[in-house]
Amino acid sequence: VSAATIAPARAGEGGLLRAFASQEGLLAFAIVAVAILVGLDNARFLAVRNLSDIILGNAYIAVAAVGMSMVIVSGNIDISVGALIGVLATISGSLAVAGAPLAVVWAAPLVVGVLVMALQGAVIAYLKIPAIVVTLGMLSILKGGLISVTGGRWITDLPESFHLADIELFGILPMPVVIMITATILAALWMRYSARGRAIYATGGNAEAARLVGVSPQKTVVMVFALHGFFAGIAALLFATQLKVIQSTVPPNLELTVITAAVVGGVSILGGVGTVVGSTLAAVLIAEIASALVFINVSPYWIHAVQGVLILVTVVADILRRRRRRAGG
Amino acid sequence: MTGMAVLTEGARRGAPRWLIRHETLLAAILIVALAILGLCNDRFLTVDNLLNQGRLMTEVGIIALPMTFIIITGGIDLSVGSVVGLCAIMLGYSWKNFGFPLPLAIAFSLCVGAAAGFVNGLLITRVRVPPLIMTIATLALYRGLAEGISQAHSVRNYPEWFFFVGQGELFGVPTQLWILLAGIIVAGVALDRTTFGRTLYAIGNNETAARFSGLPVDRVKLLIYTLSGLAAGVSAWVLVSRVTTTRSDMGIGYELDVIAAVVLGGTSIFGGAGTIWGTVVGLVMIQLLKNGLALTGVKGDATIIVIGVVLIASTLIASSLQRRR
Repeated sequence: VSAATIAPARAGEGGLLRAFASQEGLLAFAIVAVAILVGLDNARFLAVRNLSDIILGNAYIAVAAVGMSMVIVSGNIDISVGALIGVLATISGSLAVAGAPLAVVWAAPLVVGVLVMALQGAVIAYLKIPAIVVTLGMLSILKGGLISVTGGRWITDLPESFHLADIELFGILPMPVVIMITATILAALWMRYSARGRAIYATGGNAEAARLVGVSPQKTVVMVFALHGFFAGIAALLFATQLKVIQSTVPPNLELTVITAAVVGGVSILGGVGTVVGSTLAAVLIAEIASALVFINVSPYWIHAVQGVLILVTVVADILRRRRRRAGG
Repeated sequence: MTGMAVLTEGARRGAPRWLIRHETLLAAILIVALAILGLCNDRFLTVDNLLNQGRLMTEVGIIALPMTFIIITGGIDLSVGSVVGLCAIMLGYSWKNFGFPLPLAIAFSLCVGAAAGFVNGLLITRVRVPPLIMTIATLALYRGLAEGISQAHSVRNYPEWFFFVGQGELFGVPTQLWILLAGIIVAGVALDRTTFGRTLYAIGNNETAARFSGLPVDRVKLLIYTLSGLAAGVSAWVLVSRVTTTRSDMGIGYELDVIAAVVLGGTSIFGGAGTIWGTVVGLVMIQLLKNGLALTGVKGDATIIVIGVVLIASTLIASSLQRRR
């Protein structure tokens, strides 16, 4: 198992066909296909304004899904990320309103995110408590804590300089897109080529084998969760700064959207396999479908059902594919 | 069935000494907590208050019974809250929009619950989707169906007799408590005294060994996930009857309360150990905790912090006790 899963799933001979059949290729194809099909039905869907809104408004989900992918590749799960993003956005917004220096305002969510997630990672790795129990408990601690401290108040009067998401690099590149693409590429390269990045796959593929080749599964899990917290911090900043107000509650079902993006992006829930390029493409696809529903006159209330079906289809396909590969030798 | 006998004996020899200790400990804490809460607040230890707490406990309690079975086998069901939402919607929707008579609508929503659980069980046993990811997917799917079908419209104006289950009394005790009581007895006997119950422990201790012993592992798993869905359906019925309306966000967060009660009651999250009686004590403790905090003026949102802490802490304590053993 380990050798097969540790080696990068690179397209060998017949690269073009193989790349197309990969999860990333499939997702890219799906994104284009949905755009064309919905565009044929309602051309307004293809307006530049709409397409850019889809990406700008959901870049934070893609960023959070990068961290979630690492967590799932390492063989764990995290359902507290939505609540954490809500807490971090509120912390950052409150600091901004209180007049803290911009550096502090932007750094605080990253630091707190890393600390909270590293703590969870340590409990999971060293005290051997299943990730689902730890993160379910943390979800309710964060959610309850946030609401009882803020009472769900809206944070308004945010200083103009706070709005990271409004910055456009070189006057054309919006910050959320820059961050989304940079985070995806850096994380993808790091996971594929660095020893620590490979250690995540090794831990998720076979923790015992990883230990025997000198990788510490415990340290790897703590590192993965800390990184996940870092990405959650960035996601919280993008989330907090995209509107003029912050509602200091936990965005409902955000963790489900992030998990959907990671899983649909081809990260195997059995651990050890997957890329963050896929998860980013999947985040875009999910956002595109959510927007498309409106344009083809389907109620947006169906979006969670669509997400559930997407997870199921991907997971079942992944399991069947593995089974067939094993049967084939 | 000699294999079964050995397994049963193994489960019995392994579990009780630690479990009895866990449960006695829990019961002792429960009594101390009762005494303290009673001393702090004279409204607490009244028959009215306690019966009312029993009423509020039922919806989570009914689901906690099959959840105990599932966690004993080493599985988990995170979709229960969404199934409650879906069943509540199907009850109201089929009554209002399909024109079903209300009793038929209730039966229909129970069938939907069982079917929802059956789908979970089917993919878990046939395709071997891990229970965690399967039920996260259906957590989204079933909630999405509830939202999509209802379009966020609520249903009200149920006839008066419908409120009997959720608000009425039978022999001076809230009606739904009788349902919970019956469920506890059936589940307790089934877990402790039947081959079905012993099979659950066998699966949780060593699923491969259970398979090789000729136990119907897949059939039993399919059954317990279906039961979990059915229980969520009953819970939805009681809930709708108690609060008099149907909304698609019903049951959100139930999985936390249910799993916390089961784990607090000494059922091992790793499978292989646990009892219904422990779950009942866990349920009572969580309900009393909520009630006690509310009476001392803590708001509802703050109580979920405590439940989160209880969930993590009780898992930590249980796993360290287990390791020492």
